[in-house]
Amino acid sequence: MNAIRRGLASSLVQAFLVVIGLVWLTPLAGLFLSSLRSAQETATGGWWTALASPGQLSFDNYSALLGNSGMTQAFWNTVLISVPTTFLVVVIAALAGYAFAWLDFPGRDPLFLLVVALLVVPVQIGLLPVAKLFGQMGLFGTIPGVVLFHVSYGLPFAIFLLRNYFAEMPKEMLEAARMDGGGEWRIFTRLVLPVGRPAIASLAIFQFLWVWNDMLVALLFADSSSQPLTVELQSQIRQFGSNIDVLAPGAFLSLVVPVVVFFAFQKHFVQGVMAGSVK
Amino acid sequence: MTATLLKEASPPPAAPADHERKRRARRRARVIALAFVFPALLLLGALVVYPVLFSVGRSFFDASGDRFVGGDNYTEMFRDPATLTAVRNTAIWVVVAPTLLTGLGLVLAVLVEKIRWATAFKLLLFMPMAVSFLAAGIIFRLAYDEDPEKGVLNAAAVSVHDAFKDASSYPNARARDGQGLTKAADGSYGTTAAASPGDTVGLGLVGVRAEDLPGDARPAYPASGRKASADELRGVVYLDFTRGGGGEQGKVDRTESGLPGMKAEAVRDGKAVASATTAADGSFRFKGLDPGSYTVRLPASNFAAPYEGISWLGPALVTPAIIGAYLWIWTGFAMVLIGAGLAALPRDALEAARMDGANEWQIFRRITVPLLAPVLTVVFVTLVINVMKVFDLVYIIAPGPVQEDATVLATQMWLVSFGGGNNQGLGSALGVLLLLLVIPAMVFNVRRFRGSQR
Repeated sequence: MNAIRRGLASSLVQAFLVVIGLVWLTPLAGLFLSSLRSAQETATGGWWTALASPGQLSFDNYSALLGNSGMTQAFWNTVLISVPTTFLVVVIAALAGYAFAWLDFPGRDPLFLLVVALLVVPVQIGLLPVAKLFGQMGLFGTIPGVVLFHVSYGLPFAIFLLRNYFAEMPKEMLEAARMDGGGEWRIFTRLVLPVGRPAIASLAIFQFLWVWNDMLVALLFADSSSQPLTVELQSQIRQFGSNIDVLAPGAFLSLVVPVVVFFAFQKHFVQGVMAGSVK
Repeated sequence: MTATLLKEASPPPAAPADHERKRRARRRARVIALAFVFPALLLLGALVVYPVLFSVGRSFFDASGDRFVGGDNYTEMFRDPATLTAVRNTAIWVVVAPTLLTGLGLVLAVLVEKIRWATAFKLLLFMPMAVSFLAAGIIFRLAYDEDPEKGVLNAAAVSVHDAFKDASSYPNARARDGQGLTKAADGSYGTTAAASPGDTVGLGLVGVRAEDLPGDARPAYPASGRKASADELRGVVYLDFTRGGGGEQGKVDRTESGLPGMKAEAVRDGKAVASATTAADGSFRFKGLDPGSYTVRLPASNFAAPYEGISWLGPALVTPAIIGAYLWIWTGFAMVLIGAGLAALPRDALEAARMDGANEWQIFRRITVPLLAPVLTVVFVTLVINVMKVFDLVYIIAPGPVQEDATVLATQMWLVSFGGGNNQGLGSALGVLLLLLVIPAMVFNVRRFRGSQR
């Protein structure tokens, strides 16, 4: 009797979770199918009609997208913004994280508390002053400007994460390395970085996605020649109904990279996002 | 930043000569340490700390930045209706989204432990975290489309609605004035003249386009001439319009079509005593009527406008609709974080309760939730911080005209400072308000961090 009841309860749970799973999958499937249909087809019926008549699906929108120089430029800009940002954040934060964890310098602890406090500072508050600053420095509207802004606002979390990870290293390990006469730089590159690899991987993935997916910062700091995919697509959203054949494949293209990263590095990804959520 | 650091450095204690070397070594170590943190401190100082201070200062000046206005921008914030809407919407977001997400995450985390494909399920729900708000925004703009032919949510809403309530076939049909039909206040039509059993009445309507006629509609003329027996009332509902002109108004002409599927009622003393649905030729009959005088009524349901679905992105529902998109993105996060907490719960406490015969609900309610409370708090606070700063999703999903109904602090700050408002004083004040709102979360973070260090 009990077994039957448990079996029934379990199949109810399964059914419920299957429904939830389908609900979660549907929006994405909708975007993908929409991206394969022409504007006229979208105007006359929903993407689900394509399930009954798959003949309407084609990759024409994607080939049009690849021939659209604005879009391809924006795609490369996204790469040119996210890759250097990720690299710089990791390097600068690893240096600082090591110093905060193991080196002695005046004001170390209060400075680290300041970094923790800066974790939640919303980027919004930096937009206006930094825009003025960049205007004076000639960085406004350029890719380096966007990168610098992202790096700065990525640092508090990155330092926080790496410092805490480095601090867990056994003291003896470092002391042994110092005994061997290794300079700090040598210890950093030969010992700290390799040991910190898991945390660095999580951080890099999180940071890459954060910047890849950003719209707000680039909306202000990039101009039409340096704008990433998100801003390019955003600029087309006003004519939402009429150019869904550009928006849908564009959006799909922009989410393919993060989703591939997600599936390729699941573990690091989840850890990175979990840790990064304190931002 | 570094300059102040060096100044703060306490002078090394006076040391005897043999300590001179050690002192040098220590100074050297400090210089190296500062070299390690310098790039980070420079960027943080110039692009994070300085802007915060600048914004705080700027928020006390007027739009152009020339005149000191004290707290005017802050009082203006609560006087300006647009900003007030933003404050109200942000409050809704902060209360609703984290609560729903934590609850949903908890339920799913508990349930997912009971299935074999838990990993696949977690991956699927977590995946939207990889998707940009922009892409999610486009996805949901598409899903929320008001046209049931295009938006999947309204397509579902309409098919559910129509499954329970028949769609009317003649939303635009009406009667010509003075042709024997009178419209009642409720939208129904009744015959002006009374009819008795044995009569055959014609009810002519217009306003139905020929291409909108049901495929099975037949000419009404043959039925209009049929004689009724003594205890029945016959009639025909027809389209009083002859294609290509000709025909007489108020009369059933030879080519005029019947209107099938129309509900008709026989009314006596204001009460419907019999009802019928018209056949393919528009004919109907009420059988077994008592003698007397009746009117024939076509109820309003025949003419009801078709159900158009829900206006998701209209002013009333736009914020809940965007919160829905937000749930799609963040539920996996809440579930995985709570699931990690769940995995760390002491198994023996749960087992002991099971041994004592507690059912699953009691275990959930009395053991799981209280033990998980710290994790749930962390999830909730994390979500509050993130929700407060929500920008892209609102900016993308809310259509232009509804933007001002959906606006939140982050979007309002953008609009005021850069999007046409061009009031950087008020914009800075909004940025500062945003910062003030996340400070409690910041304190929570610092406390938690210090706690973990002990």
